[in-house]
Amino acid sequence: MLGKAVVQNAFFGQQQRGMATLKAISMRLKSVKNIQKITQSMKMVSAAKYARAERELKQVRPIGNGAKQFYEQAEIAPPEDVPQKLVIAITSDRGLCGAVHTSVARHIRTELAKDDQNIKVVCVGDKSKAILSRIYGKNIILACNEIGRLPPTFGDASKLADAVLKSEYKFGSGEIVYNRFKSVVSYQTSILPVYSLQSVAASPKLSIYDSLDDEVIQSYLEFSLASLLFYSMKEGACSEQSSRMTAMDNASKNAGEMIDKLTLTFNRTRQAVITRELIEIISGASAL
Amino acid sequence: MAAMRSMSRLLTSRALNTTIRRGYAEEMNFTFAAGNQVFYDGKSVKQVDVPSFSGSFGILPKHVPTLAVLKPGVVSVYEEDGGVKKIFVSSGTVTINEDSSVQILAEEAHPIENIDASAARELLTKSQSQLSSAANDQAKAEAEIAIEVSEALVKAAE
Repeated sequence: MLGKAVVQNAFFGQQQRGMATLKAISMRLKSVKNIQKITQSMKMVSAAKYARAERELKQVRPIGNGAKQFYEQAEIAPPEDVPQKLVIAITSDRGLCGAVHTSVARHIRTELAKDDQNIKVVCVGDKSKAILSRIYGKNIILACNEIGRLPPTFGDASKLADAVLKSEYKFGSGEIVYNRFKSVVSYQTSILPVYSLQSVAASPKLSIYDSLDDEVIQSYLEFSLASLLFYSMKEGACSEQSSRMTAMDNASKNAGEMIDKLTLTFNRTRQAVITRELIEIISGASAL
Repeated sequence: MAAMRSMSRLLTSRALNTTIRRGYAEEMNFTFAAGNQVFYDGKSVKQVDVPSFSGSFGILPKHVPTLAVLKPGVVSVYEEDGGVKKIFVSSGTVTINEDSSVQILAEEAHPIENIDASAARELLTKSQSQLSSAANDQAKAEAEIAIEVSEALVKAAE
């Protein structure tokens, strides 16, 4: 009992040490300055990456729109008798970029909260896996990483599409959840629809299309899945870089504010120390 | 008088309608995008010839809606001003929709003038040797596809 009280006292003694010492302040100041340097250079790096991502995104948009067009024109609807759904989360491995990954994960989480029996998730990028596996680990059928270090290519997208098709999960309909890039300061979490062969074949408007057989539709859907994934990965990468740029800009600004405050405290403390030493010397001299 | 005016209005509006419809019918909303480059985005062209697995075919405005899978080969685009552009595609899809819009999405595409014939021939021999050394079915299929693409490349470059 006594020992516990002593320990507690010592703890409190450490906590209430009053004014920070000069040494402690200068150490904090130095570390904040270092952090600011890091965030500033991260901002520069992501600004360069963002410029490239946006240039590439402009090239890819027609592919995404073209692949989407067929689903819209043919008015394909998810089949009612097949409730199984597939959700593909487009994120990346890297953090420190605002809420891009969490907003994708949140979208999926609200859907899983409604119905966690018939929805399976494919996680692209470590971040969505890390967020979703905590509660809905058993819903994840596929996860891939090493996304975000380099700009996504069509090869990556087709490998992913291949893996999704080979997973042998029978789904009626699905969606790709990604962040659509709007401008440097804003992005929107959106979905792209994906359908299986059965739901396309069951569409009433398909009869106006000429000379189709299942094999053609199957290959067509495989390729269109790859193009849609490619498009959404590009959009996601661009939103991520732009969001990281803003996040790092804010972090540098905050670090700057902190540095100002700490410099002020540092100077005040330094003055106080000098004054105290002078008082000590003077009072010592007068006592003699 | 009033009846006549309304009739004349009816006539003009119908005349207007037909011109609009005809203008619409002759237009083809053509999009040609590849993973590496976008060639056309919502442009109007005269005719497009595409190689597909169900046979090569030409697309004119008001083509019947269909879907097709592209075969390695040359897509010829006849532009409005009479020029012909020939573009090599490795694989992809063609979608012709009800509203006369055409989308060609390719994995990779290049104008044929950019193809180096000797490099294409080299690729063909390389993929042929790949086929003979293929161990399992998957490697064999991959080599066969490589041969198909490089054969088409050689043909396009000539």
